Amino acid sequence: MFRLTVGAGLLASALLAALPAMAQPSGSATLDAVKARGTLICGVAGAVPGFSLPDSQGIMRGIDADSCRNVAAAVLGDANKVKFAVTTTQNRFTALQSGEIDLLVRSTTWTLGREASLGLEFAGVNYYDGTGFLVKKALGVKSAKEMDGATICVQPGTSTELAISDYYRVNKMKFTPILIQDLAEIQAAFLAGRCDAYSTDSSALATFRATQTNKDDFLLLPEIISKEPLGYVVRKGDDKWFDIVRWSYFATVAAEEMDVSSKNVDEMLASTNPDIRRLLGVEGEMGKSLGLDAKWAYNIIKQVGNFGETWDRNITVLGVPRGINAVWTKGGLHYAPPIR
Amino acid sequence: MSSAAIDPRLANARAAPKRGLRLSWSDPMFRNIVWQVLIVGLVVAVVWYLVANTQHNLEVRRIATGLGFLSNTAGIPIAETLIPYDPAVNTWGRAVIEGILNTFKVAVVGIILSTILGTLIGIGRLSKNWLVAKVTSVYVETLRDIPVLLQLLFWYGLLQALPGPREFRGSTSWIFISNRGLKLPILVWEPAHWWALGACVLGLILTMAWNATANRRRDATGVKPPVWPAALLLMAGFPALVWASLGAPHEIDFPALKGFNFAGGGTITPEYFALLLGLTLYTAAYIAEIVRSGIQAVPKGQWEAAAAIGLHPGAVLKLIVLPQALRVIIPPMTSQFLNLTKNSSLAVAIGFQDVVSISGTMLNQTGQAIEGVGIIMAVFLAFSLSISLFMNWYNARIALVER
Repeated sequence: MFRLTVGAGLLASALLAALPAMAQPSGSATLDAVKARGTLICGVAGAVPGFSLPDSQGIMRGIDADSCRNVAAAVLGDANKVKFAVTTTQNRFTALQSGEIDLLVRSTTWTLGREASLGLEFAGVNYYDGTGFLVKKALGVKSAKEMDGATICVQPGTSTELAISDYYRVNKMKFTPILIQDLAEIQAAFLAGRCDAYSTDSSALATFRATQTNKDDFLLLPEIISKEPLGYVVRKGDDKWFDIVRWSYFATVAAEEMDVSSKNVDEMLASTNPDIRRLLGVEGEMGKSLGLDAKWAYNIIKQVGNFGETWDRNITVLGVPRGINAVWTKGGLHYAPPIR
Repeated sequence: MSSAAIDPRLANARAAPKRGLRLSWSDPMFRNIVWQVLIVGLVVAVVWYLVANTQHNLEVRRIATGLGFLSNTAGIPIAETLIPYDPAVNTWGRAVIEGILNTFKVAVVGIILSTILGTLIGIGRLSKNWLVAKVTSVYVETLRDIPVLLQLLFWYGLLQALPGPREFRGSTSWIFISNRGLKLPILVWEPAHWWALGACVLGLILTMAWNATANRRRDATGVKPPVWPAALLLMAGFPALVWASLGAPHEIDFPALKGFNFAGGGTITPEYFALLLGLTLYTAAYIAEIVRSGIQAVPKGQWEAAAAIGLHPGAVLKLIVLPQALRVIIPPMTSQFLNLTKNSSLAVAIGFQDVVSISGTMLNQTGQAIEGVGIIMAVFLAFSLSISLFMNWYNARIALVER
């Protein structure tokens, strides 16, 4: 009898404890989970310079890492409340589908197949990329068209793998793939000469080349053989979370379009421009309609910076030109719909 | 009670008192039934929850289920295949079959090689030669204690350090050992070779039949007629005759440097070789210990008795010791064969495309995670059960027949 009473008491107290958390459901399971946990769990590669790579202090640096910080700043008000989960090309989608991570920003290409059948949605593009080839200059090759019979190092489970297959088929050439999952291992195989070329997104090739001590011994072939828009991926079926992630990205682009940066954001609070006032939450209820704090975009810009700042900090330093990744007002593809 | 009818000693025993089931907690039968119903119900509820939860989540995320995707075009490249494969035409199902064959290729060759090597090292550890005994001990203690994944990476790294193809420019060699693997001249395979191979198998069967006849004659007369001339004639002469009668095709495909790679010839890739080497050397260390313990399990008296009746040392090992040692060796050997097969899935780390690697890519490209993992599990279960069945059969065959 005593045990029964204790048992019932425990059950009742567990229910009571669970009540406050369930008191005001936001309608988004992911948002509730992130708020209850107090951290955002974000899947990244963790090994790609410029995208996500821990620095000497162990802090994850890169455009993917900062994209995670954007969402953490918008949702939790603190860009540092991110737990980075290192995923491989082969387990990234499973990690997201199973709920192990809240958000995936891992140089992942937006394709119809992935969005329609993997149970995923692409909330934004943080990098417009394309598949390229990196070779050693000593090989004496100037174009991908000369690569018939080559051995090519590529990571399995990537869209690169499919793109190369298509390219060789269309050009009626043959190649031998070397497929290794681990990024460090595949790069080591390329450097050791196991393969003639290393193929992946040209951004990653450029940053890989830039981090080699003998970078002039390598040549990035001029052909870009596929479109690879890389971006933010969320689980399908949680529309509110999708909106939050998508507009976290748009907020950074809008800020760059209007020249709002981490340096002048506090002065901009006093701006008379209604677009800026709405973005920074001085006017209107933009944050509330997303289920966030009114200062959501202010927090992103103040703590992480606008899109251009993120870019310069992570990509420009590696010597990769901005190109089509500029905002639309400067001839690029990044374009934010009106925040109103 | 039926037992009373079988055992005459129980013929007069009193039957247990009959009693009905009482709906009381003090009745052990009632308690047992309640517990069993509860446990079965719990298991069913957990399984039902898992299935329903998975289905619900798949539906919410609009992830297609079923194995239909296996008939879609794969599109992924595969580096080495036993049967022809074209990513533009072949399906995911075919890609998985290529993976299964690659796993098979590693497992079968690895099991044969590690058994041979392990047996030699196991016998070597018992050698009276100090050097042989110490070297084999060091081998076993070193390789057993290093994780097999590290060994694989080590061998793969070593093979990558070989010279590249360009350094063979101008070479007129027939065999190339480079960081692209071992390139060998191979016979251009034609139907005549299949016929010759068939003739060889037939010759083997006939030789075995002749051997049985020879054994019978030995039992009857005490003299065994020689077997080797017949074996030579049936297994070499006969196939050669078949091959010659079909025009004796013998075109050889030589590897040669073409562009920046080798073209033609046969290849043993560094990925396959590193995996095979790593698994064989690692598993051989365990097999050596099993063989050693098996031989040591045979009582010393057996050796001495065999020597006392005048058998020479080779015959002692072959006729007296090994048959008894095998009974100890076979059961743990089965575990090692299973381990080797399962360890072959570490192939993903060094880029050999076994069934795990290809299924992993497939589940990533198609999003069919549950199905993909299911396929991997089914394949390994099938491999493991086949090995177990074969080894159990063999174990039963060599088991001590009690009379």
